Amino acid sequence: MTRRVLVTGASGFLGRDLVRSLETEKSVEYIAAVDTKPIGGFDKAEFIRADVASPLIQRVIASTGVDTVVHADLTSSPLSVGGRSAQKERNVIGTMQLLGACQRVEAVEKVVVRSSTAVYGNDSSDPSILREDWSNLSEASGYSKDLADAETFARDFGRRRSRVKLTILRFANVMGPTAETSMTQLFSLPLIPTALGFDPRLQLLHEQDAVQVLRKSVVEDHPGVFNVAADGVLYLSQAIRLARRLPLPVVTPLGTIAGDVLRRFGVIDFPTDQTALLVHGRVVDTQRLKEVFGYKPVHTTRDALMSFLESPRASRSSALKDWQKELYEFAASRFAAMAGGPAPRPYVVGAGEDAGQASQPPAEAN
Amino acid sequence: MDQQQAQVRERCRAITSASKRCRNLAVDERGFCKVHAGPRRIGAPTTMQRSPEALLAERVREFFEFMRRRTLGEYEIDSFGFDRELTEQILHPLALGLYRRWWRVTTLGVENVPMNGAGLLVGNHSGTLPWDAVMMKAAVLEEHPGNRHVRLLAADLAVSMPVLSHLARKAGNTVAIQQDSLQMLRSGELVGVFPEGYKGVGKPFGERYRLQRFGRGGFVEVALKARVPIVPVAIVGAEEIYPMVANLRPVARMFGLPYFPITPFFPLLGPLGLLPLPTKWMIEFGDPIPTDVYPEDAFEDTMLVFDLTDRIRDTIQQMLNRNLAARKGVFS
Repeated sequence: MTRRVLVTGASGFLGRDLVRSLETEKSVEYIAAVDTKPIGGFDKAEFIRADVASPLIQRVIASTGVDTVVHADLTSSPLSVGGRSAQKERNVIGTMQLLGACQRVEAVEKVVVRSSTAVYGNDSSDPSILREDWSNLSEASGYSKDLADAETFARDFGRRRSRVKLTILRFANVMGPTAETSMTQLFSLPLIPTALGFDPRLQLLHEQDAVQVLRKSVVEDHPGVFNVAADGVLYLSQAIRLARRLPLPVVTPLGTIAGDVLRRFGVIDFPTDQTALLVHGRVVDTQRLKEVFGYKPVHTTRDALMSFLESPRASRSSALKDWQKELYEFAASRFAAMAGGPAPRPYVVGAGEDAGQASQPPAEAN
Repeated sequence: MDQQQAQVRERCRAITSASKRCRNLAVDERGFCKVHAGPRRIGAPTTMQRSPEALLAERVREFFEFMRRRTLGEYEIDSFGFDRELTEQILHPLALGLYRRWWRVTTLGVENVPMNGAGLLVGNHSGTLPWDAVMMKAAVLEEHPGNRHVRLLAADLAVSMPVLSHLARKAGNTVAIQQDSLQMLRSGELVGVFPEGYKGVGKPFGERYRLQRFGRGGFVEVALKARVPIVPVAIVGAEEIYPMVANLRPVARMFGLPYFPITPFFPLLGPLGLLPLPTKWMIEFGDPIPTDVYPEDAFEDTMLVFDLTDRIRDTIQQMLNRNLAARKGVFS
């Protein structure tokens, strides 16, 4: 059986990589890459410039004759789309229009919605490891409200068109060499802001695993709701050390204000509703992904972080970053020297090419 | 008498099942005899033969190696956030100082704690600040032959407070909700819970050693679901560490706290009043109560849950009464 696939949000890194990986798939005969921004670089896929939030999307779905729709156009960053109201419009109205169109076009047999674990919100009294059946009773806001609404539309749609196979994928924060997310922006900063007195658990997802899960849900049938996240958990403090960076602890209410200021200047796009992640953290259960969906993420949380840190764009050096790296190497080599053994090679390849071999700590050499 | 013995030759620190001190001579560095040394001390003879200098050098080397790993972030945590290395290297030694020197804890019946596999430790809660939980954790990690970590279930305040909540998480503790406790028990962990909650830890001095209501028996439900044994734990000594003579409810409400204690020393002496009194403690682990004798769906049987809850509550109260009667004084 051959498939005709439509991918929304094709200009985003997930949509783009999904389209590219579907192009190599023999069972996929046609791919429509839909987005409002023009994009190129596809071999087989047809780019269609359309807005999912407009009723026109129904004509696109009907005329291309697609049987599978992947909705990857939910955005977590208000800045990239021009503000919070535009983000909400796109996430909520876009999903509504798209699913409404899918409902009216008989040929559609499968819908895959890319959601996020942000749908669970953040509360310290929630379970430490969230399963798919957990729903937060406290009211969601911002992005997590968008996601909750989008998922509700999807479930309603699934009920109305029971023949359609509906897959909802809740991705953890994606990181990787090419992904552009709020998390990669955070770890690109020279000093990493943290909430004073809080050390959240982070769970990431490598971009390749994210694309693989999307691809698998297109070429195979996996109806249901699934958490998609890497194995392993890191504390933010630990991740900062692995990045050879220093934390910049801010008092939580001030942190929100500081976040707003930074956002306004375009330094970082970490929406206020997501700063809660940096206070309480979030870890999800991936048993269903492994046992029901049948996919085990290849990369761990640490791999996802390291693959970003080792990528050229993250290792772009600045005086402040270099100084911090040297500080880490110096401290580590001093401790190793006092422990009396040769300093073992540090985990970060990009951060300390010579730290393992150098007999003299860098600061002493200067 | 204890002092006399120490002058002659040190005796084993362990307490036998007949609640008497073991009379064998101590052989290992932790003051246990051959019988009570336990399996971790298999490697002990080598440490015994080393000179103190070599031992110290080894300690120093380990410490700096630990510091290097911590600096570089090279350690593992589990999904709940349990940082085993931090707990064993830093937090446990600190707790152990209090356990040995400050409260001079005597631990009885530690063999009732399962050697491996899951178990639910249920204790009486007291002392205004949850030091009893810290000591219960230290007792099992230190005295149990399996050196197991107890994963405590903490109240919402303890998981939302800055610094302390994250430290508690790193020590392996988590939120007191069914999802978390079930998941931990199903993965074979030892879970510790204090069903009295705030009612127990924040009760006035006059009600000391009188067990409060055991919630709605949620802990029994969890144990029945996970089919794990329940070990009753009686902690004597924690009630007197901060004798709470009054509770300033308006102040508590203002800060969003469950209670605001007034002790003879707090807030009179300021931060010094936070120093707990050096009472003499005794922690007793009772006979485990199996739950796999009940049918699979027993957790839905409200009457059975209530019955078991009462039974466990009575058992702990009796253990408390017995150990209180045997106690010579609050501080000795």
